[in-house]
Amino acid sequence: MRATLEKISGEDVQSGFTVASLESVNKNYGSVQALRNVNFCVRAGEIAALLGPNGAGKTTAVKLLLGLTPPNSGKVRVLGGDPTNPENRTRTGAMLQVGRVPETLRVREHIDLFSSYYRNPMPASDVLAAAGLERLRDRKFAELSGGQKQRVLFALAICGDPDLLFLDEPTVGLDVEARRLLWEEIRDLARRGKTILLTTHYLQEADSLADRIVVINKGEIIAEGTPAEIKAQTSGKKIRCVTRLNLNAVRSIPGVIEVKEDREALEIRTSDAERVVRELLADDETVSGLEITAAGLEEAFLALTQDAVRNGNQTS
Amino acid sequence: MTTSTMALSSLRIPRSPAHTATIYLKETKYEFLKNFRIPMYTASVLSFPLMFYVLFGLFLYSKEAIGHTGAPTYLIATYGTFGVMGASLFGTAAGLSADRGLGWLQVKRASPMPPFAYFFAKVITSMVFSATIVLALFALGILFGGVRMPILEFAKLVGTLVAGSVPFSAMGLALGYFTGPNSAPPTINLIYLPMSFCSGLWVPFMFLPKFLQQIALVLPPYHLSQLALSVVGAGRNGSNLTHWEILIAFTMICMGVARIGFQRDQEQMYG
Repeated sequence: MRATLEKISGEDVQSGFTVASLESVNKNYGSVQALRNVNFCVRAGEIAALLGPNGAGKTTAVKLLLGLTPPNSGKVRVLGGDPTNPENRTRTGAMLQVGRVPETLRVREHIDLFSSYYRNPMPASDVLAAAGLERLRDRKFAELSGGQKQRVLFALAICGDPDLLFLDEPTVGLDVEARRLLWEEIRDLARRGKTILLTTHYLQEADSLADRIVVINKGEIIAEGTPAEIKAQTSGKKIRCVTRLNLNAVRSIPGVIEVKEDREALEIRTSDAERVVRELLADDETVSGLEITAAGLEEAFLALTQDAVRNGNQTS
Repeated sequence: MTTSTMALSSLRIPRSPAHTATIYLKETKYEFLKNFRIPMYTASVLSFPLMFYVLFGLFLYSKEAIGHTGAPTYLIATYGTFGVMGASLFGTAAGLSADRGLGWLQVKRASPMPPFAYFFAKVITSMVFSATIVLALFALGILFGGVRMPILEFAKLVGTLVAGSVPFSAMGLALGYFTGPNSAPPTINLIYLPMSFCSGLWVPFMFLPKFLQQIALVLPPYHLSQLALSVVGAGRNGSNLTHWEILIAFTMICMGVARIGFQRDQEQMYG
């Protein structure tokens, strides 16, 4: 049996030591079943993404891991301890979605206060640098733009130099540049040995950041694996082309699973791309804009959630 | 992959007292600054009791006596109670309901902040505002109302009123758990303005109609104002102990209500 150590070491990362877990967790709010027999864990040093549509239960899972509410049944373990114990939180940091932050306090004052809760916080200048807030340290919160406010919340999550970070939809409302910068910062944290659980409904974010994705829908885990493994769960390729053939004609080509119109082009999903392409080229010599790509995370996700719905309907 | 706990989880060293004290201090400092920097907050909490005092104590009735106490002195006790009550209620209830309703309290609870520090900061901040109001009333009274009293009496009156902010802070916490950010200020007004009137904080108690005087006996502001008045010799010859006991019991009830609200909050899906 290994001890829960004060610091997560390199060996912990190598051995896949579990840093946080939900075991057979059920959680309901009154008559609403938010989580149903959920099992998943977050391993040391990884970036794990909890991916699902709005209302899937992602925020509930994070609340349980932060000890903000207890499960109705099952066990929640964080850093080997009970997350409802405030002491546990001296090693975690959280970025949650909020409607209001005290507006009259300055950026550096917010960071000063949150840093004081931790035993070994990062120096304020490092926190400001990591969140891109150096020039804003004396600004009052009310005077910040939306993206800057998000970065302050991120700063509050990392200021304590925690081993385990919870980020709930961290890039919501950010523009493209700000989102990329935050992703870089998250990757940097992982490189330094931190463990990160982020929730998102934004597929590209999960694909781009996560070592492991846990797909959740309607309170249940429906898939788990690396981005590649999740994508492999839906077969095949995607062909995009501009053709004078009509939709039904394309649909009847053998090997075609599904056809969709996308503005002037068609999007064809198929398990046998070469055969379909040969057929297209034979039937229409004016075909243009031909692109063949592997099915992305979006297709995988839609397929998974629709399968879950279908299976659910069959069993009910 | 295994998780494990051993007796070594006692490796988790609790915070040193110095560290904990620093947290409480900073929490209080920033809670105060946060409120102080809102001009409307500071202005409204301070100005109502001061305005009433200037109007009634310094202009209209400055040469009158209420019972056998001069009006400017008597009214420091009653408007002081009124000011303390307002500062404590708005300081705690409005802030708490906004923090809850808009998710900020959740961010604080998700952090290693000791939960009690949050409440401590709000109560102390209310006390600081309360002390400011009382001292401002005294300044006006001494400069313009001819108020004179021995230093000990002055200290006792200030101390009584500031201590009296605690029951109303507790009341504010209870209210804050059961109101939303938009409904909190009007709800506070709806409760505390009539309560103040019926306790004899505006129109002195002896001039209230008999049936209102009966109601006053169960109102906490009445008891606090009686304690304050008895310091300047204008109380109604009741036992001071009874007043304190009622205020303490009231505080405990409010804390119980707040605790229920706290637990109810844990089971909210959003917020």
